[in-house]
Amino acid sequence: MKLNKLFIPLLLVAVLLSACGTTPTPAPTATKAPVPTAVPTAVPTEVPTAVPTDVPTAIPTDEPTAVPTAEPVELRFTYYADGVEADIIRPLIDKFMAENPNITVILDVVPYKTIDEQLPVQVESGQGPDLARITNFGAYRGKLLDLRPLLADSASYEANFPAPILEALGYGGYPDTLTVTGPYVNKTLFDQAGVALPGEGTTWQEWTELTKQVAEATGVQYAIAIDRTGHRFAGPAMSMGATLIDAEGNFTVDTPGFRAFAEIVKSWHDEEITPKEVWLGAEPVNSCIAAFKSAQLVMCMSGSWQINGIAKDVGDAFDWVVVPNPTGDGGSTGIAGGSAVVAFAGTQHPAEVAKLVEFLIQEENYREFSAGTLSLPAHTAVATNGVEFKTDNPLVLAALSAYTAEVPKLTDQAVSLNVHPYAFAYYRNSANRIAQYLSGELTLDEMLVNLQDDIDKAIAEAQK
Amino acid sequence: MLAQPGIKRARNAVSGVFTSIYDLIISLLDLIFGTTQRIIGVRGMPYVFVLPNLLIFGIFILFPMLLNFVYAFTGGSSFSPFDRPWAGTVNFDRLLACENYLEPRTCGEDLFWRAVYNTIGYVVFQVALMVLLSLITALILNRNIKARGFFRSVFFYPVLLSPIVVALIWKWILQENGLLNGILTGLGYDKIPFLVNAQWARLLVILISVWAFMGFYTLILLAGLQSIPADLYEAAAIDGANPWQSFSKITMPLLMPTMVVVLVLSLIRAVQVFDIVFAFTGGGPGTATLYIVQYIYSYGFSSPNKQFGLAAAASLLMAGALVILTLVQLIARREEN
Repeated sequence: MKLNKLFIPLLLVAVLLSACGTTPTPAPTATKAPVPTAVPTAVPTEVPTAVPTDVPTAIPTDEPTAVPTAEPVELRFTYYADGVEADIIRPLIDKFMAENPNITVILDVVPYKTIDEQLPVQVESGQGPDLARITNFGAYRGKLLDLRPLLADSASYEANFPAPILEALGYGGYPDTLTVTGPYVNKTLFDQAGVALPGEGTTWQEWTELTKQVAEATGVQYAIAIDRTGHRFAGPAMSMGATLIDAEGNFTVDTPGFRAFAEIVKSWHDEEITPKEVWLGAEPVNSCIAAFKSAQLVMCMSGSWQINGIAKDVGDAFDWVVVPNPTGDGGSTGIAGGSAVVAFAGTQHPAEVAKLVEFLIQEENYREFSAGTLSLPAHTAVATNGVEFKTDNPLVLAALSAYTAEVPKLTDQAVSLNVHPYAFAYYRNSANRIAQYLSGELTLDEMLVNLQDDIDKAIAEAQK
Repeated sequence: MLAQPGIKRARNAVSGVFTSIYDLIISLLDLIFGTTQRIIGVRGMPYVFVLPNLLIFGIFILFPMLLNFVYAFTGGSSFSPFDRPWAGTVNFDRLLACENYLEPRTCGEDLFWRAVYNTIGYVVFQVALMVLLSLITALILNRNIKARGFFRSVFFYPVLLSPIVVALIWKWILQENGLLNGILTGLGYDKIPFLVNAQWARLLVILISVWAFMGFYTLILLAGLQSIPADLYEAAAIDGANPWQSFSKITMPLLMPTMVVVLVLSLIRAVQVFDIVFAFTGGGPGTATLYIVQYIYSYGFSSPNKQFGLAAAASLLMAGALVILTLVQLIARREEN
């Protein structure tokens, strides 16, 4: 009786399960890939058609006829954007997917904080994406996919990007932008105050005095500020003579230049001519650009990645310019930096990842990205042949030109900082320790001793 | 009328399907548990029923706790426990190395000790203020005042808000160009540096967390007050006791068990303070509001300069301190009883 009772419901379940069951799901490419008609017919000829013999056979060929038989592959691309980068790369990725219907690229646009804090843990625990856009070049040593054996034209890849950057990335990606730090100035306020904008060779002390004059004359709340990060702080410190990285690649913070610039920033806080919330507020990485955009600040030391945001948010509210990095005993240097697209060694689809990277570093695609994002190209051929930036805004074009002029002035240590394998040990610790000094918790001597100790310990821990 | 037999038939069919599904589920459960019981016996069955909870506890609490020990006694920057070299007590030695424990700047890990002293200061003032204000509020709300229900809701409402929301609301009000400074400057006063001045930041963190969590403790104390029999007060009034005597001789002694609960809960919560402060001041200015959990978080999760071993060792020290505090309170309560 009991068995009979059980038999009927079991039969019912068997019928239900068979109905829910095993019909093969349609390949995702049919819905996720863009409509093929959108692809310019000229494109396939520019894509390498021959797959090199040393490339694993899993790489799908570029021949359209071969595509339908390829296994569908899904790539996850974790991406952060300072401005419009995601809007610019999305059509490029759509174009790639149209050319490779078996590959679906899912672009996860995340806040920078996710890249900074969560991505390293995801990658470390084997849960990382296939690709990501990062800024901390040294954070993924040994965890990136060496693309050279997988690329159809590895020689072009190596020839078109600065070797120190590729080495820092372990040949696991490419720099998609080149950034330089430098100051933005509210020109309208200078004009209103009747103060002439100084040119090349002006010191930080002189800029401090001038911006104070402008702020007082125009009734603007703040004169001068710098982003809360060791990266932005390093440029002025080096310009004032700091040798942050010695010939052996070791960090030394207690130098006259570093001390001098720390004292200048402290004086800004003591005189209350800088927005204190930038360095003493809640955010671990904070920029003075918000105060600059709202015309509460005369001069903000930030970097070239802010151009887009300033152009968009300021509009025609006031005129702004990028001025040369102030000069000191160590010259006049910003800090080179930028972002990179990297491929992780943990990917299940190395061939497809390499194919996407190869597509993105093609000259025309890279140029389109640089032009759309108004970013300086790190791609030699693109830089040599020039970029027609997609803007009519003369302020933006002038800013790009000003930042381009900063590139040849970069000192060796200013270039090597961002690709230093232990740059992470300096960046956040320096911001925190300098903030302690600015808030009066530590003296300058204590700050420098503690910062050096933090850096040494962090490097020692990372080397274990 | 004609449609009724059809509806009835459909209803019966639906009912039949549901009955069959129900029978199926019961039969399956009977099959599973019957078989299990036959295999392990009746005495083993209680363990089967608590197994799901044990699994959840084991995976999400016990396992990470044990893992914490692994991280605390190993070094390196690897996240994988298998790739971390044995370090012994190095992480604890680093945290506890101090020339003078009362002076954080003489300690090897000065930030840890700053966080410890900040936490002690926060706990002492926040818990004292929290318990005092909760008690006063509960006493007032226990009286026959007008709109008592409304006021109870008003005091409890902040508890329903996420701590992050609370922090952001107050940040918008108190930041340099926030609402309050806007009003002050509008009235011709100078701005007050609420968030960038160490003293202001410490004070405000305490006040805001009291505001946010007080309703919860008020509710517990209110329940305690309402459990005190009214005839005790009537008898005291007949004997000529004044309000203070009623409070000190009846209310406080009978409320003491509830007070101990409130004290234990608020103390543990205060030591664990993180989210509200993290969003409100980020631990600043400098390290003025850096508390122990944020210290652990910054080394374990947020900083690119991750040192899991140090974070794990600090969390074990904090857990030890919490266990001692709780034991002291439990012993004190037992002696009192």
